Amino acid sequence: MIEAENLTKRFGATLAVDTISFTVNKGEIVGLLGPNGAGKTTTMRILTCYLAADSGTATIAGKNVFTQSLEVRRSIGYLPENNPLYTEMGVVDYLKFIAQIRHIPRKKINPQIKKMVEVCGLEPVLNKKIDELSKGFRQRVGLAQAMIHNPEVLILDEPTVGLDPNQIVEIRELIKRLGAEKTVILSSHILPEVSATCKKIIIMNRGRIVASGNPEEMSGRARGGGVVTMVVRGPVEQIKDRLNAFKKIKNFTVQKTEGNDRSRFEIISNGEETINEDLFRMVAENGWVLSELHQEALSLEDVFQQLTLKES
Amino acid sequence: MRNTLIIFRKELRIFFDSPIAYIFIIAFLAFSNWLFFRSFFIVGQISMRDYFFFIPWIFLVFIPAVTMRLWAEEKKIGTIEVLMTLPVKNYEVVLGKFLASFSFVMIALALSFSLPLTLFFLGDVDFGPIIGGYVGACFLGGAYLAIGLFVSNLAENQIVAFIIAALLSFALFIIGEDIVLATLPNSLAPTFSFLGLGKHFVSLQRGVIDSRDLIYYVSVIGFFLFLNTQSIESRKW
Repeated sequence: MIEAENLTKRFGATLAVDTISFTVNKGEIVGLLGPNGAGKTTTMRILTCYLAADSGTATIAGKNVFTQSLEVRRSIGYLPENNPLYTEMGVVDYLKFIAQIRHIPRKKINPQIKKMVEVCGLEPVLNKKIDELSKGFRQRVGLAQAMIHNPEVLILDEPTVGLDPNQIVEIRELIKRLGAEKTVILSSHILPEVSATCKKIIIMNRGRIVASGNPEEMSGRARGGGVVTMVVRGPVEQIKDRLNAFKKIKNFTVQKTEGNDRSRFEIISNGEETINEDLFRMVAENGWVLSELHQEALSLEDVFQQLTLKES
Repeated sequence: MRNTLIIFRKELRIFFDSPIAYIFIIAFLAFSNWLFFRSFFIVGQISMRDYFFFIPWIFLVFIPAVTMRLWAEEKKIGTIEVLMTLPVKNYEVVLGKFLASFSFVMIALALSFSLPLTLFFLGDVDFGPIIGGYVGACFLGGAYLAIGLFVSNLAENQIVAFIIAALLSFALFIIGEDIVLATLPNSLAPTFSFLGLGKHFVSLQRGVIDSRDLIYYVSVIGFFLFLNTQSIESRKW
């Protein structure tokens, strides 16, 4: 449904988006995740034809975003960053304007607005001007604007930013419901947000995609590369040799600790299986003393931090 | 055309949904009426010559104030991103915005019809110069609007848009004036005289509606609207 190939965008000297490629299949909800300034918004702006990429191509529903801009814009619904709205307009007037310019047939405009009011829960603010609305209601107006023409593809830039926890849950549910029939890309710098709504996650940092996959895959990978901390009393060099010989271990670091003969090892394993028992056996067989052994299961947050802090 | 009409209606609605429109109209009418009646009672002349003499100068302040927000505001609050990712062509948006602001100025101008009516009841009026003056005001207003709209798209800030639009309109207005022409080499003088917005207004104001003057104004309007369309596209890069 959405295909991006080697998209690159430069603003002066900074590379905002650096040769990124990804695919989103029909009916998928994909989360673009990354710290602020990672290039998420720029990517979305390229996909929505607001900006042009310096190089690379992108297609949405088979239409090229550079050469078939109007067709692409017809098939997407877009909620830009910070949800800009014509604050002087009334809620209904605004939705009517969007419906008209989206060429919704005249007879269907009112039913469609009614539907959006229902779906987005806009009933209580129907007769108000947009600048009288709370942030939560504004966000809903923004979402209604993006969905009113029933687009195949929804592109939502930080759809829940600035909402309170209850509203966040509501909006998430709404997006999930929509995701059942539409293709959705949403961006966020908040992790639980993305793992709660998305079937696929793309992590961006400094304009590049540093990881992508479904949330389970990612935390699975995190567990595989999990860190085991072990504090042992025994001869450091010997322990090092034994660990080096151990195939399941990818690498480790040693640190002297408070006691004179105690050492703290941080061990990163290779595979998915746990190595705690093997380590315990190794220590016991050699008659050393194990004073601490625990595994830190890497959460998505850790993966995110590992991936995004590495380079900065 | 349909999209232009929809944008046109939206822009006009935004004008009249906010108090700005009413303040503008009242200020414009108060100001122009005062300038008219000030000399009217002193000179005792039944004509609108003085009124149309002041119109370009009133427009110089009034019109940049109308256009300054048209793009700068969209950029500032970010709605330009909503607008330009809708399936609309650039020129449709530019034309819609231009026509909306043009209608707005026309409404303000139409409300000053009380002046010729007053004259009509007072005595014998030569309507030629008045009609010519109104036609000239429409076209001159259109030219100022096109300039202001273009400048608003370049500026991020409304005040900057206002000042630059006023300066640019002013510059284009006076380059045909005799004071400026006197400083120029003789070979350039006719060109500048033709390019000046003011000269054409003066001849219309005499009651001579010459198609050359109208074509001149339409070209100026078209030129700046074209630049505007191009400058919207430039955001992409």
